Amino acid sequence: MGSVNRELAHLSDEALVALAARSEQSALAELYDRYGRPAYGLALRVVRDEALAEDVVQEAFLTLWRTAARFLPERGKASTWILTLVHRRAVDLVRREERRRADTLERASESGSGSVDEEAWLRLQRERVQDALRQLPDQQREALELAYYGGFTQSELAERLGQPLGTIKSRMFAGLSRLRELLGDPGLEMPWTSTS
Amino acid sequence: MDVHELTAAYALDALDPDEREAYEAHLARCRRCRDELAGLGAASAALGFGVESPPPPPALRERILAAAAAERENVVPLRAQRPWPLRIAVVAAAVAACAAVGLGVWAATLQHSLDSERSARAAEARAMEIYADPASTRTAVRGAAGTLAVDPTGRGVLVVRRLQSAPADKTYEAWVIVPGRKPVAAGLFRGGGATTVVPLAEDVPKGSVVAATVEPAGGVDAPTASPFLTART
Repeated sequence: MGSVNRELAHLSDEALVALAARSEQSALAELYDRYGRPAYGLALRVVRDEALAEDVVQEAFLTLWRTAARFLPERGKASTWILTLVHRRAVDLVRREERRRADTLERASESGSGSVDEEAWLRLQRERVQDALRQLPDQQREALELAYYGGFTQSELAERLGQPLGTIKSRMFAGLSRLRELLGDPGLEMPWTSTS
Repeated sequence: MDVHELTAAYALDALDPDEREAYEAHLARCRRCRDELAGLGAASAALGFGVESPPPPPALRERILAAAAAERENVVPLRAQRPWPLRIAVVAAAVAACAAVGLGVWAATLQHSLDSERSARAAEARAMEIYADPASTRTAVRGAAGTLAVDPTGRGVLVVRRLQSAPADKTYEAWVIVPGRKPVAAGLFRGGGATTVVPLAEDVPKGSVVAATVEPAGGVDAPTASPFLTART
């Protein structure tokens, strides 16, 4: 098993998804080893319950396993797809459970005070995203955070913030577009994706 | 309501079930929205990396793999498991014999990603190690917001924040300059994005200076411009 895993460690995320589509279980394991931790962190942030977060991550990776053959690399990166699967499930669950606690949406620590054993690349990505978020106008940042981390729908956001729906839509669109610019066009660069 | 306008909300999972369904039906027909979603979806997923990530319980990994194995057995007939390198050999043999065009394309793609990503990934992984190594020396960069980290063996990485993309026909080039000697090229980079990570291709001896200049695309052997960024070790 060890030598098999070392072999897989050289593959791109997208190649691993192609292998998972061919029932290669060690490819699923390698994808989990790369993204299980950020997936769990995201799920935990949205559902705010460890057992539910585990369910979300499990369901997301099993969906990946079932539908890997339908993944199209030209439409986006595998890492984007995985976090999208996780987020969708987390949000659906939190809406069903009415478990949202957006009032306590504390900002994650501002400057690299992450747990000591946090992997370096995860810390770097987190700093990079938080740095970009801080550069957004307050109202745009608020809309993105409440929607993405809080799990509110655009209609709920409009009601909660006392704004017309059109205003909320514009803020989300402007905020996300700006975030995309700030993070660079290739999106987030992982240690194992090409930098070119 | 114009359904085109829902792309950002869809990317953020901020639609209720009816809106989501309507948007997905629209997406199948609208190329503009698919293109837009590719970019906004990546930005949205990036938010997922913006939170702290405590390690999940180790048992979760085993549970997922066991559930995956159980599912696939129900769907696909069980076949002999071979170690992965051997399977590649089998695929390669099939390609040589022109026996499986589909597989051949796939194997070629795989080989390409292996070749092109191995070196880039190795460089990035090395950069992360150096950046994270508590034994590395850190120096603030002058001329830009950033840090130069050099590990005890002299391997260096430059981390620059909010560096604009280099102009289309230009590149950034890093240099290691040992006093009294010619600058040595240490890698090209493009900037853009919130953080730029530059693994230096040359060792950084104590007392040397790391600098970066703007150069013609493709890079040059000796700097043609004054550095816009320097860090003294």
